[in-house]
Amino acid sequence: MTDRLRIPGIGDPVLLALIVFMTGLGIAMIYSAGQVDVQSLATGIWVRQFYWFGVAMVALAVTSRFSLRFLEWLAPWVYGVTVLLLVLVFFVGTGPNGSWLELGPGRLQPAEVAKLGTILMLARAMGGAQGPYERLLEFWKPGVITLIPFVLVLLQPDLGSAMIFGALFLAALFWSGVPLPKIFLLASPGLSLLLGFNWIAWGLGFLVVAACLYVHRLFILEAVGVLLANVFAGALTLRIWDSLADYQRNRLLVFLDPEIDPLGAGWHLIQSKVAIGSGGLIGAGFAAGPQKRLAFLPEQHTDFIFSVVGEEFGFIGVMLFLVLFAFLLWRVLRVASSMDDGFGSLIAFCLFAVLLTHIVVNLGMAVGMMPVTGLPLPLLSYGGSFLLVLYAGFGIVQRVAWEA
Amino acid sequence: MKGDNEHRAIRKQRSRWAAGAIFFCLSIVAAGFINLQIFSTELYTLLSSENRLRTITVPAPRGTIYDRSGRAIADNVPGYDVSMLPGPRDSIASELNRLEDRLDLSPERRAALLSRNRERPGEALVVRENANFEQVAFIEARRPRFRRVVVDQRPHRRYPAGPAVAHMMGYVGEISPEELTRPEYAGYESGQSIGKTGLEQQYEHRLAGRNGIRYAEVNALGTIVRDLGVAQAQAPVPGEDLHLGIDLDLQVYADSVFPEEMRGGVVALDPVTGEVLLLYSHPTFDPNAFIGGIPLDLWDSLREHPDQPLLNRVSNASYPPGSTWKLVMSAIGMKMADLTIDTYQSDTCGGGLWYHTRYFRCWLSRGHGRLNLSEAIKHSCNVWFYQAGQRIGLDPLLAGVGELGFGSATGIDLPSERPGLFPDTRQWYDERFGPGAWTEAVVWNLSIGQGENAQTLLAMAQFYAALATGRAPVKPHLVRDETLAQRRVDWTFDLPDAQRRQLVDALARVVNEPGGTAYSSRLARWTLAGKTGTAQNPHGAPHSWFVGFAPAYDPRIVIAAIVEHGHPDGAPSLAVPLASGIVDRHLETLGLPPEATPGVRPMEAAPAPAGG
Repeated sequence: MTDRLRIPGIGDPVLLALIVFMTGLGIAMIYSAGQVDVQSLATGIWVRQFYWFGVAMVALAVTSRFSLRFLEWLAPWVYGVTVLLLVLVFFVGTGPNGSWLELGPGRLQPAEVAKLGTILMLARAMGGAQGPYERLLEFWKPGVITLIPFVLVLLQPDLGSAMIFGALFLAALFWSGVPLPKIFLLASPGLSLLLGFNWIAWGLGFLVVAACLYVHRLFILEAVGVLLANVFAGALTLRIWDSLADYQRNRLLVFLDPEIDPLGAGWHLIQSKVAIGSGGLIGAGFAAGPQKRLAFLPEQHTDFIFSVVGEEFGFIGVMLFLVLFAFLLWRVLRVASSMDDGFGSLIAFCLFAVLLTHIVVNLGMAVGMMPVTGLPLPLLSYGGSFLLVLYAGFGIVQRVAWEA
Repeated sequence: MKGDNEHRAIRKQRSRWAAGAIFFCLSIVAAGFINLQIFSTELYTLLSSENRLRTITVPAPRGTIYDRSGRAIADNVPGYDVSMLPGPRDSIASELNRLEDRLDLSPERRAALLSRNRERPGEALVVRENANFEQVAFIEARRPRFRRVVVDQRPHRRYPAGPAVAHMMGYVGEISPEELTRPEYAGYESGQSIGKTGLEQQYEHRLAGRNGIRYAEVNALGTIVRDLGVAQAQAPVPGEDLHLGIDLDLQVYADSVFPEEMRGGVVALDPVTGEVLLLYSHPTFDPNAFIGGIPLDLWDSLREHPDQPLLNRVSNASYPPGSTWKLVMSAIGMKMADLTIDTYQSDTCGGGLWYHTRYFRCWLSRGHGRLNLSEAIKHSCNVWFYQAGQRIGLDPLLAGVGELGFGSATGIDLPSERPGLFPDTRQWYDERFGPGAWTEAVVWNLSIGQGENAQTLLAMAQFYAALATGRAPVKPHLVRDETLAQRRVDWTFDLPDAQRRQLVDALARVVNEPGGTAYSSRLARWTLAGKTGTAQNPHGAPHSWFVGFAPAYDPRIVIAAIVEHGHPDGAPSLAVPLASGIVDRHLETLGLPPEATPGVRPMEAAPAPAGG
């Protein structure tokens, strides 16, 4: 593959430059997020993000030195440790959800680290798979690998991060060449869980699943299992819903209508939309966004960092950022597709999936198209653990690009 | 084992799908941004402003009101208003609690403020107008404790002459909830000051100007972060200034000479232009007391005082005109019943006259003897005028009086002017007393300004102005911005000038000839002409009237004065010296050269042409 810019020892220099550049933009936006007229935790926090960037660069350098075979050997250990950390968090966790571990100078979010561990483990389990994927039971290994961290994170409770593990599972299957209908059948209980609110919608979904089963002629036991799982999920929906506290329901529903709880769960969404919408075409200018300055915009340095971008740089700035994200995603995807080694390729693709999910869910939340799930925006949101994990992942991706 | 090629092909296909997913997902997100930032940006910009901007009304200074020589009758001085920005109710209540003692807020005031906040939670609350320096200093020194409190410098109304101009000016006060619902106050906000009576009310829309808007930026906690000041387009527009014909000096003088214990009023007009030179009512009040909210006990004492200090006795009260009415009778008699200045009546005055079984008295019980019209005016003989009324007859009299504008308002630029009372037809009597329950004797009473006859000072002054000049009658006017033509009234005073002049002579005799009823109040330098009146009333001693003008043959001022119950038996009439003093002072102010020989100048003895 001579047309690809590839430097031994570094990997893809364009990708490296891009992530460093975007991290720099992120630090600038975190600086801006701290420029407010009221006392705020966010003031001066960009310096910490800068330190984290240094740590993350070290992580990238280190992981890019690991050969893929060494990583493949290391994967179960990393996975094991991250699962251990996720369990540990229940006992010694700190922070608002008890999801952080105090670690000397900083704090670590095991849920973020677990994403990397799960990626490595999934890649090891699925990297050599060749198909033809006759039976759903063939996927028990990746299923179990993702289910463990999924459940542990869900119990924290962190629904947003838990979803990432589901996305990783589907991404791994997708990249391994599993036929899409089978992926659909595997994901169908999750869909039923959503459709369970309305029995007509659920019924239609159930018919589609049944049709899919008929066409693809699964083994009878598996087919019955899929159907039962859908019935079970559909029946569970309202029970889970009823067991949620009001504020939890509101958090999930406000994106449909923020006005149901304008001062509570809807506040974030309304203020984010106001900040972005008032940015207009060209925005208020760097560090000058009034909504942010006057503290109307909550979590402006973490989950809603992009609302600051929208308010201060306007639509033009937003589009430039979207192009940068698209470029980043494409670059990672290109590494994945250029690698023949199944393990390395799958790692790169899983990282791609993590990035895409985070970006879409975070931006969808900022513009009010999706529920407030608390997923950070890659490279832009303040947060050391996620940056560290991303850079470690990027280090591996660079190794993949180098070895390809 | 499948071939690597097949595997690669699948990989390639999936890679393409994934690239499509990038494009698809980011496009959807981009659509969200297009919706917010392109299509809905106006809405969100507005919401952003609503979020962060609080508007504070900047009151426009009311127009200054000047007297005829440019002295301010009403102006503005800076004062401090303490108001509270909108916010959560309990935080407003708690800040009010902390202010309560310092700002002397009564429990009622506090309750009223809280209830207004409930009704209009989005508006700033004016807690106290015209706070003093200590109060402002107290707040400023404790700024962090009073996050919602704004101290504004606002123009406040001031009436330097205070009580002397009260009834003409009226006063300003906070607009009431009821007034807010009226169409003429559309666009007014609660807490705003408006003119409540007098000129302040009459010219509210010219005086008020347009309030400006100031913006303050607040953060998510409602704390003011910075004052953005007043946008150019929303700067307050000061109200229009008004220029009056009033002579402030004369106004103050009238206030100083009006008999302190009495009630009454005095009005003076320029007889040619109808400009009001003086408008004074007594007892009076200090309109400055209303600024910043009048204390409740003071308000109650003003409203419930038996002397009714808030009543404008010049234009909003009517009195039986008494003998001042005799000039109206004379004019109508000359016009309609062939009376002349030399007409003698068939019955001489023996102190009274029988109407069938009822005896009508003259004020002089020993009688005036035989007199003509001129002497009847000079001595104010009732008996002569009973017979004049008889000669005119009831129906012509009622019609003639109506033709002279009595019974309707004069049209002065003051609110709530009271029209005079005079029956327009005999049906009026039928309705009032029942057919057959009254006799033609009502004419006799009407003829001497009693009975079903009540006029305002202003209406009498208006009539005497026409009598004095022979010009087309005009509306009395405080503000000097209408032309004479605009002030014309819809009635005329169409007495032939020779006859009018004879009546002026008679009025001059009243004051300037020994035996005239106002002889003791004649002026040393000018010929004052006028008519006294002693109006019987059911409430006590007769009212003392004087209506006149001077100089008699070149009138510069027409005056009407009344002192209620100001003419008890055997005592001098209080209105006459009051009026003559005011006239003297005004002519002196005008710098009018004294007449060589003040006194009656009958037409036959008109002076030779000047320079001859």
